[in-house]
Amino acid sequence: MALPTYASPLERTWYYTYLVICALIFIFLIAPILVVIPLSFNVEPYFTFTEKMLTLDPEGFSLRWYDTLLTLGHSTPDGVRDSAWWSEVWHRATWVQAAKNSFWVGLWATILATVLGTIAALGLSRPEMPYRRLIMALLISPMIVPIIIIAVGMSFFYAQACVDPTTVFGAVIGVFLSEKGCLVNSHLGVIVAHAVLGIPFVIITVTATLSGFDQSLIRAAHSLGANPRTTFFKVVMPLILPGIISGALFAFVTSFDEVVAVLFIAGPDQQTIPRQMFNGIREAISPAILAVATILVIISILLLTSVELLRRRSERLRGVTPR
Amino acid sequence: MAEASTELLTTADGRPLKEALAIAQSRAKRRAFLLVLPLLLFVLLTFLIPIGYMLKRSVEHDGFARSAPALVEWFEANPGFDYANPPEEAYAALVKDLTFMQTEKLTGLSGTRINYTVPGTISLFKAGARAAKDLQAPYKEALLAVDAEWARPALWRGMEAASSKFTTEFYKVGTDNKLGDNGWERGGDKDRIYLYLFFKTFLVSGIITVICLLLAFPVAHLLAVLPMSRSSLLMILVLLPFWTSLLVRTTSWIALLQEQGILNDLLVWLGVVGDDNRIAAMYNMTGTIVAMTHVLLPFMILPLYSVMRVIPPSYARAARSLGATSWTTFRRVYLPQTLPGIAAGSLLVFILAVGYYITPALVGGADGQLISNLISFHMTKSNWSLAAALAAMLLAAILLLYWLYDRLIGIDRLKLG
Repeated sequence: MALPTYASPLERTWYYTYLVICALIFIFLIAPILVVIPLSFNVEPYFTFTEKMLTLDPEGFSLRWYDTLLTLGHSTPDGVRDSAWWSEVWHRATWVQAAKNSFWVGLWATILATVLGTIAALGLSRPEMPYRRLIMALLISPMIVPIIIIAVGMSFFYAQACVDPTTVFGAVIGVFLSEKGCLVNSHLGVIVAHAVLGIPFVIITVTATLSGFDQSLIRAAHSLGANPRTTFFKVVMPLILPGIISGALFAFVTSFDEVVAVLFIAGPDQQTIPRQMFNGIREAISPAILAVATILVIISILLLTSVELLRRRSERLRGVTPR
Repeated sequence: MAEASTELLTTADGRPLKEALAIAQSRAKRRAFLLVLPLLLFVLLTFLIPIGYMLKRSVEHDGFARSAPALVEWFEANPGFDYANPPEEAYAALVKDLTFMQTEKLTGLSGTRINYTVPGTISLFKAGARAAKDLQAPYKEALLAVDAEWARPALWRGMEAASSKFTTEFYKVGTDNKLGDNGWERGGDKDRIYLYLFFKTFLVSGIITVICLLLAFPVAHLLAVLPMSRSSLLMILVLLPFWTSLLVRTTSWIALLQEQGILNDLLVWLGVVGDDNRIAAMYNMTGTIVAMTHVLLPFMILPLYSVMRVIPPSYARAARSLGATSWTTFRRVYLPQTLPGIAAGSLLVFILAVGYYITPALVGGADGQLISNLISFHMTKSNWSLAAALAAMLLAAILLLYWLYDRLIGIDRLKLG
C-alpha cells in the first residue's frame, strides 16, 4: 500500500504512525517466542539476561540446560558417557521419556484423527449429505468446548470405562489399558482423547480442500471404468493430499501441545513434554524449561514451513492462483 | 404436447423416473452418511458420552441415599416434619444408619454428600459414626451429647434432600445459594464466589477480545493491502505464534514480565522505575490478560484478514473522490465492510477466552484465576459434583455462544491459516 500522491501532510504522518504501530504489534507477536532461544543458553539459573550475556562474553553462555534434559532422572549424571550411559538416557531420563510418550501419543492420535476425519470429510462434502450443518457443528465442537469440560467428563467416564482383566475379552483389550483394566491412566485413553481434540482440525482443513474439488473428476473416473477404490486412491487422494497432511500436522501439534486432558486422565506412565513443562513452571522453574521451549520453537518453525509449502502446492494443484 | 406431459416418464427398465430418482438419491444420502458414521460413533463414545456422564454427575449423587437406608425410609414416611425439632424416631433411624455407615465404611461418602450443602459435616459424620454403636435410647439426647450440631435444622434439611439420588442442589450451590436453617437462601455478598467468578471470566474475556480487536485490526489491514509476496512473509509472523506450543509462550511471558524479568530489568536500567519498586506484571490479572491476548491474537487476525482481503479498494477511492475525508471513508465505507470479520474474530476469541485454563493457571497467581481454574480446583479437592455442575453451567454458556457463532457466521466458514 503506497500513499497516493495527493495525500495531505496529516495523512502522511498518520500513515507512518500506522506503520510503526503495526511493527510494534508484530514485535509483540514474535518477540516472546524468540526471546526464549538466547535465554536457554544462560550459564546462570536465571530467567533473564545476565551482564555477561549482554556483552556477548562466551563465559555467559553454556549448554548446561540442554545437558540437564539428558541427565535429569539419570542415576549417574556425571558418569563417563559411554554406550551404557547413553542407553540409560534413552530408557530412564525424565525428559527423554516425556518426549517419547509425547511422540507416540501424538503419532497414534494423529493417525486415528486423520483417517476417521478424512473419511468423514469426504462424506460431509457430498451435496447429498443429510443433517450436514448439525453433524458439522458436532464434529467441530471439541475445538469450541473448553478443554476443562472435556477433561472433567473424560476423567469421570474413563475411570468407569473398565474391563475385567480375568476374562478373555478383558485380557485381550486390557493390554492397551491400565493395570486395573481401565481407560484412565492408560496410553489408549490419552491417545483417544487427543484424537478427539485433533478431529476438528482435520475436518476443517480437508473440507476446505474438498470445497474446491471438481466433483466431475469422480464421475469421469467412474465412466472410464475405475472402481470407487481406484477412484479414491488415484484421483481424489492425490488432489486432497496437501489438505490431509496439513490437517494431520494440526492434529499432531494439538496433541503435542495438550496438557489439560493429560493432567486429568493420564497416570505417571503417560508423562508428556507439556505436562512435564506444566509441572516445571508450577513448581521449581528452571531454565531447563527454556531449553525445551527452544527445541519446541524450532519444531514449530519446521512444521509451519511444511504447512505453508503444502498450502501453496494445494493451491497450485487446485488451480487457485495467489493474487 | 399435452399428451406427452401427462405420460409417465420411465427409465430404461420401465420404472417411473421419479421413483428411480428418489431411490438413487436416498442411496447417495446413505452412502454419504455411512462415510461419516465411523467418526460419529467415535465422537459419540469418546466425547459425547463423557460429557453426558459429567452432566449426570451434576444432578446425581447416591452417597447418602445408599448409606442411610433407615433415614431414607423415615423421610419418605414423614414428609414435611419439623426441621427445628425432629422426633425421637428420626434420631433413632439416624443412629441406626450411623452404625451401619461405620461397619460398611460409608461415613466419608455420606458425609461428603451432605458436606456439599452443609459445610463441615464430614468430621461431624465421622465422629457420630464412631460413637453410634455405644449410644442408648433416648437417642436424641445421646446423639446431641456427642455433638449439638446434630440438632441443626439446616443439617436435617440437607439430609432429607440428600435421601433422593437425584438433586439440583449442586446447581444451587454453584449459583451461590446457601442451605440455611430456614431453607435455601441467597448467599451474602461475601459468599458470591461462583457467580462473581463467572462474571469476572466474562468481563476479562470481553477485555481480551477488545484488546485483540484493537491490535488485530491494523495488522490484518496491512496484511490485506500489501502485495501477496510481502504479506505472506509477514503472515508467517502471525502464524508462528499459532503453531508454537502454548506452554512455550506462557514460559516466555514469565521470563519477560516477572519481577526479576527482562522487562523490569530493562525499565530499571533505563531508570523508569527504581530497583526496589519493580512492576508486578506477572502472577496477577495483568499477567493473565497480557499472555492470553498474545495467545488469542492470531485467532482475531486470521478471520479479519480473510474478510479484508476481498474488500475492493475502489470503494474507498470512490468515497474519497466524492469528497469524504479519510476518517469518514474509514468509518462509513471501510469499517462496515469488515463487520463480518470483526464478528467472526471477536466471537471466536471470546469463546476461547471464556474456557481458558492453562495460561491463568500458570501466570494468573491468586487474582488472575478464571472459572476453568475453579472447576479444576474442585476436581482436585474431590468436590466432583460441584465441579460437574459448574462445568455444566460453563458448557451452557459456551453452547449458546457457539449457536450464535453458527447463526451469524456459520461454522463451515471457520478457517485455519
